Amino acid sequence: MSYLLKNATMPNGSKADLAIHDSHFVAVSSLPKDHQVIDLAGKQVLPGLVDLHTHLREPGFEESETVATGSLSAVRGGFTAISAMANTSPVADTAGVVEQVYRLGQAAGLCDVFPIGAVTEGLNGQTLSEIGAMADSAARVRVFSDDGKCVFDPLIMRRALEYVKKFDGVIAQHAQEPTLTQDAQMNEGAMSAQLGLKGWPAVAEEAIIARDVLLAEHTKSRLHICHLTTAGGVEIIRWAKARGIQVTAEVTPHHLLLTDDYAKNYDPIFKVNPPLRLESDVLALRAGLADGTIDIVATDHAPHSSESKDCEWSVASFGMVGLETALSIVIKTMVETGAMNYEAVAQRLSIAPARIARYENHGQVLEVGSVANLTVVDTAAKWVVDRDLMSTRSKNTPFHGFELPGVVTHTFFSGKLVFGG
Amino acid sequence: MKTVLPAPDISRAIVRIAHEILERYDGADSITLLGIPTRGAHLATRIAAAINAIEGGQVAVGTLDTTMHRDDLRTRSPKALLPTLIPTAGVEGRHVVLVDDVLFSGRTIRAALDALGEIGRPTSVSLAVLVDRGHRELPIKADFVGKNIPTSRSEIIKVNLVEVDGTDEVTIAEGGVK
Amino acid sequence: MKHLLSINDLSRDESILILDTAAELARISDGPMKKLPTLRGRTIVNLFAEDSTRTRISFEAAAKRLSADVINFSAKGSSLSKGESLKDTAQTLQAMGADAVVIRHPASGAPFRLADNQWMSGAVINAGDGTHEHPSQALLDAYTIRKHLGKGAKDLAGLRVAIVGDILHSRVARSNVLLLTKLGAHVTLVAPPTLLPFGVDSWPVIISYDLDSVIPQVDAIMMLRIQQERMHEIFFPSAREYSRYFGLNRDRINALNPNAIIMHPGPMNRGLEITADAADSARSVIVEQVSNGVSVRMAILYLLLGGAPIEGGIN
Ligand SMILES: [Zn+2]
Repeated sequence: MSYLLKNATMPNGSKADLAIHDSHFVAVSSLPKDHQVIDLAGKQVLPGLVDLHTHLREPGFEESETVATGSLSAVRGGFTAISAMANTSPVADTAGVVEQVYRLGQAAGLCDVFPIGAVTEGLNGQTLSEIGAMADSAARVRVFSDDGKCVFDPLIMRRALEYVKKFDGVIAQHAQEPTLTQDAQMNEGAMSAQLGLKGWPAVAEEAIIARDVLLAEHTKSRLHICHLTTAGGVEIIRWAKARGIQVTAEVTPHHLLLTDDYAKNYDPIFKVNPPLRLESDVLALRAGLADGTIDIVATDHAPHSSESKDCEWSVASFGMVGLETALSIVIKTMVETGAMNYEAVAQRLSIAPARIARYENHGQVLEVGSVANLTVVDTAAKWVVDRDLMSTRSKNTPFHGFELPGVVTHTFFSGKLVFGG
Repeated sequence: MKTVLPAPDISRAIVRIAHEILERYDGADSITLLGIPTRGAHLATRIAAAINAIEGGQVAVGTLDTTMHRDDLRTRSPKALLPTLIPTAGVEGRHVVLVDDVLFSGRTIRAALDALGEIGRPTSVSLAVLVDRGHRELPIKADFVGKNIPTSRSEIIKVNLVEVDGTDEVTIAEGGVK
Repeated sequence: MKHLLSINDLSRDESILILDTAAELARISDGPMKKLPTLRGRTIVNLFAEDSTRTRISFEAAAKRLSADVINFSAKGSSLSKGESLKDTAQTLQAMGADAVVIRHPASGAPFRLADNQWMSGAVINAGDGTHEHPSQALLDAYTIRKHLGKGAKDLAGLRVAIVGDILHSRVARSNVLLLTKLGAHVTLVAPPTLLPFGVDSWPVIISYDLDSVIPQVDAIMMLRIQQERMHEIFFPSAREYSRYFGLNRDRINALNPNAIIMHPGPMNRGLEITADAADSARSVIVEQVSNGVSVRMAILYLLLGGAPIEGGIN
């Protein structure tokens, strides 16, 4: 199939026509005659979005999400590449499991599904998993993470950082000091004091970030910090980057918008790991994302069955779905506030994550010869989030009923129109 | 709105009721007056004063709140309780005279009789009211009445007493006034 | 007021109405009327997912004196510790036509979840949830303080109350801070720094780590129970050290104001946070707190259930 996309607004604000033939952008003059014309007047185009932090629940928890339903949710949200976290059952700690997930993604055929490998066997935090075998597998894993759990043992963390240098890999750390956060339920602050819920201090996150940037410096390896949530964490990353340490960092859409005030009625839809923090943290995260201290936005899409949220706060599961609302939240919090333009959005949601994870076909400049991964957004349109109308198999969005800006109208993956039109 | 019982008439009615009560029970010794708050309690105090003026001595007087015994609790929002003060002699073996300002449906008196039943077993119970306006919904009648005032159901009878309202008078007004 | 989940559900006037109603109920049930027909035909479920015989009995006595039907549902050790069955339980209670549920639960916020309209429609009364709140206990404490020290005032304006001990894990302390300050009292929290919640500085209270300096300054002192398991969680070095710095003993009683009262929500650890002679001293109103509890809970049940059914959500 071939497409001529007319009058698109490019990330830098210029207007252009884009031609797609097979899987690539081509010159308009070289399009075959039977192409389809789509008028994108007034619409913003972005390189296909790339999520570095997605929980797909397959294998093991298919009632919450499968690779196929997660892929559909991704392309509705404008993503052409997602990264399946390793905390499935079995854990993605062998070449066999990561290849299975990779193939399920290919079979779904809507976007690239890149597995993330576990750093330690069964996420046990004690013995390195077969990192090399996963890197060499058909899935070509480059990102390793025990996400959901912190790689707490400093020696294991050091070894992992060193080991992935062999193939230019990166360790993505879920920064959570476990002894300071035992049974923790929400941000430790005035709200947790009022609600009588066990607090999760900012220092538990920042202490691990501080340790790990020093380990990354020492090992001269690549470190990625998952879902930064505190102003102090942003400061540490800023300091580390100034020192030339190879660290990158991500923030989730929900941490750019929500605060721990939302916990006040004990609705576990707002229970998430790491927890929602304070207004001052939200503002520091936005500033960090705007100035590039924080490199990317990643969803931490975490589907859960309704039973695991329809209960008391302390027994509810942590996590929120986010693929279908991510871009809208970024527009609301970063673009509409004037902190970022769409060129920066393209950087933070596509180019930088693709570069960190070494996803070569993604995050490319929208020009002739590039792979045609493309997201089209009607930035002037608004929509009301309805958990019953989403493509993800789970309904645990904290944004149900929110009116948000930005409607994804088309998603092209490798030249195929996989959503919209 | 018009005045149907001015202050002097109220005073006369109270004195007359005091005499009637004394006559019925042959003296004050065995009588316990229980006023239903708020205005019934003040009327009971005044009747007691009138009895004491006639007899010398101190007639037993107290209050009986009916809030917790009402049968219309579920039709309105819960009300604050008013005091129930039973004289030390109790009610057992006494001639209890319930005192209220207006007798209308009779439901307050039914609730008072239920409340009284929880407290003890008086020798007899009678009822004194300043105004009987008719429209009974229960088989209850007053023994001592200040004034019978025939009304339509929609009219509003208002008893004002100095202790609560700053003035003594009973008025009648058309109902349905916004 | 449809539910009583937190002291935050009550205005100052509503709090005073509860205390006044309790006072009148105490008078009539001490005197002429043991039993009132007010809640005849209404069903109150005591849903206790955590042991608390005294609170359950207190609510049960209050409900029965108002002629309500009481169903005791003790869920300890059952599957109620798993969330889905709290919802199932709520729907069962709804089907049984429970007009009110009195809930004691180890999870903070469980009564809020129960009050969720999609689960059930009856009134929910929080009888202690995790480390969050215990509103009826605070109301009975305020009632007790007002009765002894109020000098006829409606509120607690100007009275000085110290709450001593494990503030961090205490639902009694949280509810009392909210209620006593709402009623105008000056509250001082006394605890080792490890047993004060992070964020306590935003509370309208004075914080002290030194019991001896606070003792002579207060009109009422409320000692909180120290749970045995806290000792294993390294909140303080030893029981002996805790008692030495934060226990109420004879010397400290002697340093109290002559009119000051001693309170404890129970059950007491005699010898740990309070010595036996302190608990049994003439200033102790601990036993009276228990009997006041019934009157206050009668007032709560009457004011929540005694009127017309209220549609809609939380107050
Ligand atoms: Zn994580």
